[in-house]
Amino acid sequence: MTALLRAEDLRKSYQVGRGGLFRRARRFNAVDGVSLTLNRGETLGVVGESGCGKSTLSRLVLGLSPHDSGEITFDGAPLPDEGSDDWRHLRRRMQLVYQDAAGALDPRQSIGTQIAEPLKIHNLPPERAEQALADVGLPQAMAARHPHELSGGQLQRVVIARALTLEPELMVMDEPVSALDVSIQAQIVNLIQDLQQARGMAYLFVSHDLSIVHHVADRVAVMYLGQVVEEAPKAAFYTRALHPYSKALLAAVPVPDPATRGRAAPRIGDPPNPAAPPTGCRFHPRCPHATEQCRVEAPALRDFGGRRAACHRIEELSQ
Amino acid sequence: MLFSAENLSVEIDRPLRDPVSPVRGVSFSLDAGMTLALVGESGCGKSMTCLAIAGLLPKRGRISGGALKLDGQDLCALPENEAQALRRRHLSSVFQDATGGLNPVRSIGWQVAEAVRLRKGATRHEAQAEAVRLLGRVGLPDPERRAREYPHQFSGGMNQRAMIALAIAGNPRLLIADEATTALDVTLQAQILDLIADLRSSLGMGVIFVTHDLGLVAQTADRVAVMYAGRIAERADVADLFAAPRHPYAHGLLSSLPERQAQGGRLATIPGTVPPIDALPGGCAFAPRCPRVSDRCGQEMPELALGAACHHPLPPGRAAATIREREFS
Amino acid sequence: MTWILLKLLRALVTMGLVLTFVFFVLRLSGDPTLVLLPDDVDQATREFYRAKWGLDAPLWEQYTSYLRALLQGDFGISFRNNIDAFQVVWDRVPKTALLGGTAIAIALLIGMPLGVLAAVYRDSWLDRTVMSIAVFGFSMPNFFLGILLILIFSLKLRVLPSSGSGTWAHLIMPAATLGTGFAAQIARYTRSSMIDVLSKPYMRTARSKGAGLTRRVSQHALPNASVPVVTILGIKVGEMLGWAVVTETVFAWPGIGRLLTSAVASRDLAVVQCIMILLAFTMVAANMVVDLVYGWLDPRVRVGARAQA
Ligand SMILES: Nc1ncnc2c1ncn2[C@@H]1O[C@H](COP(=O)(O)OP(=O)(O)OP(=O)(O)O)[C@@H](O)[C@H]1O
Ligand SMILES: Nc1ncnc2c1ncn2[C@@H]1O[C@H](COP(=O)(O)OP(=O)(O)OP(=O)(O)O)[C@@H](O)[C@H]1O
Ligand code: SF4
Ligand code: SF4
Ligand SMILES: [Mg+2]
Ligand SMILES: [Mg+2]
Repeated sequence: MTALLRAEDLRKSYQVGRGGLFRRARRFNAVDGVSLTLNRGETLGVVGESGCGKSTLSRLVLGLSPHDSGEITFDGAPLPDEGSDDWRHLRRRMQLVYQDAAGALDPRQSIGTQIAEPLKIHNLPPERAEQALADVGLPQAMAARHPHELSGGQLQRVVIARALTLEPELMVMDEPVSALDVSIQAQIVNLIQDLQQARGMAYLFVSHDLSIVHHVADRVAVMYLGQVVEEAPKAAFYTRALHPYSKALLAAVPVPDPATRGRAAPRIGDPPNPAAPPTGCRFHPRCPHATEQCRVEAPALRDFGGRRAACHRIEELSQ
Repeated sequence: MLFSAENLSVEIDRPLRDPVSPVRGVSFSLDAGMTLALVGESGCGKSMTCLAIAGLLPKRGRISGGALKLDGQDLCALPENEAQALRRRHLSSVFQDATGGLNPVRSIGWQVAEAVRLRKGATRHEAQAEAVRLLGRVGLPDPERRAREYPHQFSGGMNQRAMIALAIAGNPRLLIADEATTALDVTLQAQILDLIADLRSSLGMGVIFVTHDLGLVAQTADRVAVMYAGRIAERADVADLFAAPRHPYAHGLLSSLPERQAQGGRLATIPGTVPPIDALPGGCAFAPRCPRVSDRCGQEMPELALGAACHHPLPPGRAAATIREREFS
Repeated sequence: MTWILLKLLRALVTMGLVLTFVFFVLRLSGDPTLVLLPDDVDQATREFYRAKWGLDAPLWEQYTSYLRALLQGDFGISFRNNIDAFQVVWDRVPKTALLGGTAIAIALLIGMPLGVLAAVYRDSWLDRTVMSIAVFGFSMPNFFLGILLILIFSLKLRVLPSSGSGTWAHLIMPAATLGTGFAAQIARYTRSSMIDVLSKPYMRTARSKGAGLTRRVSQHALPNASVPVVTILGIKVGEMLGWAVVTETVFAWPGIGRLLTSAVASRDLAVVQCIMILLAFTMVAANMVVDLVYGWLDPRVRVGARAQA
């Protein structure tokens, strides 16, 4: 079976600061050689700290912002050029849900109009909007309201409903629940999972919250400064992470159980500036296991029986 | 007892509308060297409670009732300038937005030194030296040089360290940390929490730790006050709360955590949303969302008794809800 | 450093355009010999002067030779006084500098404190009073204020001289006239900038340190709030020079402004152009001073790069 989405060695650079008359602006790779695959009906969780390139990656794989190099295939075919008919057609099959639901909606238009908008663009029957509203558990009366009359959780439902109208095969969700309160978060997570079960959509689920990812994902990819440092099936990842960064990340998650207090956890110092990543292994200044080799030589992402990790010392450390 | 809030209420005037009461009859107490967590969802009044304690309420806001006792002295009963002097000496705050909380045109060292001078009255030179010492104390590398730098040259985590240095200047006895780690990445958050815990024990400070993250509560607090719509829903020792929450809201919050769910299953949820504070239902504010609601709840406001403000609390001492095992290698 | 070069380049281009524009407007709008020479001089005399001043050549040639001389630092001869135009202008500079400087000082010393007070006591009677005065000062035409002052202080009370220069008494009314409008504007900008700054989280930090109101305002808010005010000030210098012309005329203040009016009237091209260059130069200089002050006030400008641990 071909994977639904496959990204190969993706790179995207941004400019740092402003250039001058005689000086080129410095650039850095916000996404630096990322490869991943996503199968139909599967959820890949992408985790990592602020600024590691999660949102950039989300936009890249959907073709919403151009990549500098690398290859993206969707359903076996490369992504068409932006703006072409094929590209527009593909929009129906892949959708993005942003973190900031309130910002993704137009404050002056009614909810109904906004949910129906993608249908209008693609010449589809407008009745689907009602269905989508029902699918996300909002009453039809909401259609007449405006964004400011809705709560944060309701807005997030609206954004999901809008993405659903086109019945996409792939949904990329960039921190879909981070801005929500705990009790509302659970409602949305359930909704997202129910929808997947009913429709068999594939999710790229971006989050910095490892607990939520644990709950929703089938596989987990850990990003650090623009690169994937580990990728593994969920169970394997959460029971035995391989990469030192993954371990530190997991250890830092505050577990809601007072009995786990005082657990000695490695503390790994402040993160470096993403725009000036360290040499060699990018994690080396914070890694408790760094050696001279780590300082100079970038580790490759290697296969470890169904999972991948990029670290020189995995064999030694897992003994 | 180091500090207690007794029946604290806050009112905020609004132009052309009735005033709102974001805090209504909140009571809790804490001892030196102890951490009390104030937890609850957005808008439940956590920050207003802190601002009232610290004497930093916005212009239109005021303490409309209750007492704030520091070492048994009621801040609300003292003349304004005496209360502020007591606060200045014994109490300090750290907020969420550290980078915004530091003045962009003043060096980090200047800002910490100012706090030293205002709280202890040192000479400029002494204050400067003390500032450098404090910056080193909060784990800033090369404090001498860093003291001369400005907030925009620091990362978010470093700014939060600087804010903490500023807050512990003059050895306050009560530290209020309002979402002090919310904006930080987990790895940084863990370090800042370590720092606060370390300072708490070495300086013997009491800490009021505000958060909406129950994981942080479990990891840091001795006692917990769960707030809902401006009131305390449940007040308990941390172990008791996590083992057997008594208030239906606290129970709902804990159950909705993914860590407490069976793998792959659905999360337990609390239906509905938090009502806006200017349109609270009569009686128990949680009634529209509560699975244990009865007729009485809609009419009668439940008082905080035996740790829970509920007419029909869950029985105490149920078996601890299971937390998924997770192995860290 | 590139930004300085870019700025200079832009200033030079602007100046070139202005010079060209003024040159052609003045040349095409009238013959200087008609204005400067008595009505009854004969045609031969007129031709003599036309040749002497280079007015007989084709316009295009006049323009290029003018530019060529200019590049060599020669501003030309004032037709009217028959001496070096630069000398004519330069003699007036101290007077205008004194007037402008005093006016700016008045604007800052009155405008800033009022703006600060209005912001700190926002929505109080103080704020409303200050802002009403500011609106009044802002909307009052310059010449009208000048005439009003003359009526009151010179003609009615007879305490201040109505025109001329030389003593401090002469300076008071023109400087007040020129400064009032700017004081009003500065007050308004300071107020809105202060209001913005006062709501910033770091002001709460200062409050939580226990800093008193005076300290919070002077040490924390004002240094931040003055950054945009300084920017405005730099922009307003040009505008101020414009108003100086009016003010100098009303008070017969022997500065650049009055020189400019009379030079334009007499088509004394060299003098007009020289003033233009001087004005442009002043504005560029003001801009640079603003940039320097800006860097001094705001470390984010001073130390550009974001260093991290
Ligand atoms: N349009 C842009 N121009 C320049 N730099 C950018 C741009 N967008 C992102 N960056 C930088 O690229 C890096 C990656 O950003 P990105 O938003 O992808 O991170 P992220 O992992 O989504 O972070 P967060 O968790 O904070 O959302 C960051 O250092 C960011 O500052
Ligand atoms: N100036 C104001 N005027 C009117 N209502 C206000 C004002 N400031 C805050 N409130 C209300 O007071 C209530 C309590 O706010 P508070 O900031 O204490 O909540 P919080 O628990 O700290 O929430 P969060 O987790 O979002 O920080 C909110 O419902 C808010 O809408
Ligand atoms: S390669 Fe070296 S520095 Fe990088 S994670 Fe592995 S041990 Fe640490
Ligand atoms: S008082 Fe009633 S409505 Fe309120 S929490 Fe208790 S049972 Fe629920
Ligand atoms: Mg992002
Ligand atoms: Mg808050």
